[in-house]
Amino acid sequence: MGSYIIKRLISAIPVLLGITIIVFLIMAMIPGDPATAILGSYATPENVARLNRDLGLDAPLVKRYFIWLGNMLTGDFGRSYSLNRPVLDEITERFSATLILAGVSFVLCSILGILAGVVSAARQYGWADKLITLTVLVGISVPSFFLGMMMILLFAVNLRWLPVSGMYAIYGGGDLPDLLRHLIMPSLALSVVATGVIARLARSAMLEVLRQDFIRTARAKGVPERRVIMGHALRAAMVSIIPVLGIQAGFVLSGSVYIEIVFQWPGIGRMLVDAILTRDILLVQGGVVFVAACYVIFNIIVDVAQGMLDPRIKT
Amino acid sequence: MTGFLKLLFRNRLAAMGAVILGAILLLVILTPILPLQNPDVTATADRFQRPLSPGHLLGTDHLGRDLLARLLYGTRLSLIVGVAAALIAGIIGSAIGITAGYFGGRLDNIVMRGVDMLMAFPYILLALAIVAALGPGLMNALIAVAAVNIPFFARNIRGITVGLAGREFIDAAKLSGMGHTRIILTELLPNVLPVIIIAMSTTVGWMILETAGLSFLGLGSQPPQADLGSMLGEARSSLITSPYVSLVPGVMIFLIVMSINLLGDGVRDALDPRLRSGALSRPLATTLVSGARRPVPPARDGLLQIADLRTQFHVGSRIYKAVDGVSLSVRPGECLGIIGESGSGKSVTALSLMGLVASPPGIITGGSVWFDGRDMIGAPYEDLRRIRGDRVAYIFQDPLSTLHPLYRIGDQLAEAIQAHHKIGKAEANERALQLLRDVRIPNPESRVRNYPHEMSGGMRQRVGIAMALVNDPAVIIADEPTTALDVTVQAQILMLLEDLRRERGLAIVFITHDFGVVGQLCDRVAVMYAGRIVEEGPTAEVLARPSHPYTKRLIACVPELGQGRREMAAIAGLPPVVSDLPPGCAFAPRCDKASDSCRKGDIALSGSGGRAVRCLFPEEALT
Amino acid sequence: MSALKVTDLSKTFPLAKTLFGKAKNGVRAVRPMSFEVQVGETLGIVGESGCGKSTLARMLVGLLEPSGGTIEIEGKALNNADPRVFGRLIQYVFQDPISSLNPRKTIRQIMDAPLRLLHGLNPAERDARIREIFASVNLREEFLDRYPHEFSGGQAQRIGIARALAADARTIILDEPVSALDVSVQAQVLNLLADLKAKFGLTYLFISHDLAVVEAVSDRVVVLYFGAIVEVGRAESIFKSPRHPYTKLLADSAPVVGRALAAPEQKDTELPDPLNPPPGCAFAGRCPRATDICRSKEPQLTQMGDDQFAACHHPI
Repeated sequence: MGSYIIKRLISAIPVLLGITIIVFLIMAMIPGDPATAILGSYATPENVARLNRDLGLDAPLVKRYFIWLGNMLTGDFGRSYSLNRPVLDEITERFSATLILAGVSFVLCSILGILAGVVSAARQYGWADKLITLTVLVGISVPSFFLGMMMILLFAVNLRWLPVSGMYAIYGGGDLPDLLRHLIMPSLALSVVATGVIARLARSAMLEVLRQDFIRTARAKGVPERRVIMGHALRAAMVSIIPVLGIQAGFVLSGSVYIEIVFQWPGIGRMLVDAILTRDILLVQGGVVFVAACYVIFNIIVDVAQGMLDPRIKT
Repeated sequence: MTGFLKLLFRNRLAAMGAVILGAILLLVILTPILPLQNPDVTATADRFQRPLSPGHLLGTDHLGRDLLARLLYGTRLSLIVGVAAALIAGIIGSAIGITAGYFGGRLDNIVMRGVDMLMAFPYILLALAIVAALGPGLMNALIAVAAVNIPFFARNIRGITVGLAGREFIDAAKLSGMGHTRIILTELLPNVLPVIIIAMSTTVGWMILETAGLSFLGLGSQPPQADLGSMLGEARSSLITSPYVSLVPGVMIFLIVMSINLLGDGVRDALDPRLRSGALSRPLATTLVSGARRPVPPARDGLLQIADLRTQFHVGSRIYKAVDGVSLSVRPGECLGIIGESGSGKSVTALSLMGLVASPPGIITGGSVWFDGRDMIGAPYEDLRRIRGDRVAYIFQDPLSTLHPLYRIGDQLAEAIQAHHKIGKAEANERALQLLRDVRIPNPESRVRNYPHEMSGGMRQRVGIAMALVNDPAVIIADEPTTALDVTVQAQILMLLEDLRRERGLAIVFITHDFGVVGQLCDRVAVMYAGRIVEEGPTAEVLARPSHPYTKRLIACVPELGQGRREMAAIAGLPPVVSDLPPGCAFAPRCDKASDSCRKGDIALSGSGGRAVRCLFPEEALT
Repeated sequence: MSALKVTDLSKTFPLAKTLFGKAKNGVRAVRPMSFEVQVGETLGIVGESGCGKSTLARMLVGLLEPSGGTIEIEGKALNNADPRVFGRLIQYVFQDPISSLNPRKTIRQIMDAPLRLLHGLNPAERDARIREIFASVNLREEFLDRYPHEFSGGQAQRIGIARALAADARTIILDEPVSALDVSVQAQVLNLLADLKAKFGLTYLFISHDLAVVEAVSDRVVVLYFGAIVEVGRAESIFKSPRHPYTKLLADSAPVVGRALAAPEQKDTELPDPLNPPPGCAFAGRCPRATDICRSKEPQLTQMGDDQFAACHHPI
């Protein structure tokens, strides 16, 4: 097992490098130069040239990449001109807020999705299956940002049960119950689509597994049906569910951009959108690389979990 | 094509999706010629008119623009962009996937590494990065969404292609003189196309959502032009005062995406052949028993008595009579062979005994199985479960697929004990180990921690046998236990079974297609054809003096070692399909002794002293 | 004249490199082997799973690149650079008849391909030729417009044979052509193959795990074990008087009506580990006659009797 983890960690290095290259190349496609964008169109040519030199932008592409990469490895992501603070500070602060939101949503959608899928498969064509299938169908068709808006309208504006937006109350907030109250709507809105996708997949994976010969063997042994479903079948189905959990984590992370906008959640998604609109390139670049790297590491955890579940993978 | 459409619309949800989507498409196509107001003209005086106000059916937005007009033009835009993104991503991604999957090797490696890197991004990050570089705008959003989805298609289609490229018909095409391009276009593509269509139809809704999402963030369509996403984005500021301005585009996005999803699911179901035959039902814990079934008392004595058992498969409107009135019994310590070709119903008979026939589509429509004085057919689940694996145990054909791949074999054995006996884990493990010794597995102490894939076929089947023996059953039902094994290993396994039977006084029901195996192992044998027993008796007698013409000719077909090069006896024609059996004897169409009387009415199984035959003109008169 | 000549042919499948170590040796699926098939002969190849018989077959028809050695077809070295030429020399009949037919093509389309691509026939000629071939394999012409899934295994295998015939190659590799079929149908296909051979003067390489079938159709038989030839001999004598203990084990293991069940092998052993092959004779671990030399030195194929060769230090 240990060697498998090390192997996966090492295999992540080229992926991480690839990510930086892709981001760097995309950013290099930007027409005009960032110095003009930073200094504004009224800047004097001398100032632009000086800034370009300061940023190393007059160097050739490959050299610029390595300078940028080297800086990032030493923790220097540059300075955001629109916020006038180091990019890394802003990113870590914002990312922790996103992590809370996306993490809670991910746990929520994993548990709910798998549970719904298992029940649905075990009761195929029964009323529970039909109800779940229909709910899932509606769930995966609603845009999360629209759902969030409707939730605000109903639970915050009309019923006044929950706060409209933000992460903490402005006055007297800041403790855990306050955070949880603020978290309920955004995390639900964010997890709905992923829950539906996971539930669908879990259902079909369970149906596929339940038709396998080894399920018949378990039944022929006299294993109680409950254990056949929750033990034998679910365990085998997890082999195809876990990779999808990894993919869905990416979708939850992606969806958090919309949810952060709708609920004014101070996360990294909102930061990125603002940065794009203000053309704060260093902030965009740093944020994208940072989040993508975190996602790569998360996927290694998923792979290791898969390796622990399925003994056939390690060899 | 018409068959496809018929299948598609038999699915009511898909039909509903098609109707909604059709209506939206119709509206959108007609939009330019409908008497609508200009969607982009602002009239600040008319802002926030409620729906159903004069001149504005759906009201107006914060700039006083007519919401109906904006909705229809916006829908039009969103649909075009979403579909275009799906097409671009689908075509480019599929092309990459097919090429990489077919050629494999280094090309595949490089391409898939690149795909992995793109997929290492949460998709929106990549889309945001692209939009950041190209600048906000609808066209750029389209490019971003398409680019982000290309890797998904490439990976998906590559997986399918790799599976297909290893298939034998591709090899056959190469030997038919085809080059690579021709193979890709005429052999691979027709097989991959349904998958591509399914992938596109299930993702186009998603693409519409994504582009709408980018517009919602203000990164897609730019004012005054509006798609559904930007309408929703602009309406957000007036959400609390004028919720209908948000509601109108939001509901439209929902309707479009849902109808596309419904239709996409329908397309998938109609194109996926596995679903077409209704095979994706999961089997229930026990086989269904028809309400019309009445218990049949046992005709003979024995430990396990099968009386007039009938098992059918109901697939669509067809009824396959897999087992059609089988009566048999096995005594303690006896080995009963059931022999027949594929489709004869021998395995279904074996599985019916403990209700293990996959159901749906299987259903037991008649007869009884008596064990310990109780009828197991129709017994409550819990009663059946207590018997299964404890008193009556099974050994199956392919031990790789019949053992759970993710559990250690020791745990699988221990579980079989603990399902029936309240004993501790340690004791169960000890007993499991003892059984591995009994079935003569070398190094059982280390083998007990193996997973099935770490063992050879012969060793796995020994585990299968150990699992059947674990609770000292009275009866073992062995369903072709040596068919998947090599001859030398088969000889070892048969010897093991024979030893165990002698030592433990086991009754064995042995299902096989191999006369040699029956001859060596079984005391009595029943020959099945088209769901019925055509002949039964002591093995030596049946083999030496077969009475039914089918038995006689089938034995003649089996090549035996030591007879040198020769012309082989064959039976013309094919075994009948059990959904459409001729009246009378099912073998009559292939039998050269058949006369008119063979082709009408039921022919009874008759005989005495344990020897019986179902034939009007038997080869050997039974005394 | 030899229809097919194989010299020192071998195949090693490389293993993935380990992370820090260097590449391992790989799995030797086929160890260097040589044999010849005469024109008009049927050479049977028999062996259990893992003996390399399918790997061998795929190399012979150019679907797999050999690691070493040469293959000559009718005196010319195998060259599959141009599939249009190669397909006319040698053909292949697959084990799984259904999966060797493209599920989305009609039988006519499947039959058309070799006639059009290998022989460049025009539509009228193709039609006539298909009728001719279908008549010789006893298939009805109405099958031509159906799809593969509509056929039973026996019918599909006839179609597979018909396709191989359409290429008009004189040598056909039959890879377990009847093992997926029921006995009553198996006999039909075997008899058909015998008829076709006589009618068109074909040369067969018949691969099977079933000793009795191989004996019934072959002139000579090659016995494979663990990727190597252990014995070659005439079909009528090799199983009656085997020289190699493995051939004897095979012959004794086949269940025969009327012969009492007896374990031909006292030890419950199986194939050696292909990743870690033993030195010397691969069969030594299971062999009752094995001595020290068997465990250290690999035996070579040597002539024993008229037409019989065996690779054994202590032949029977």
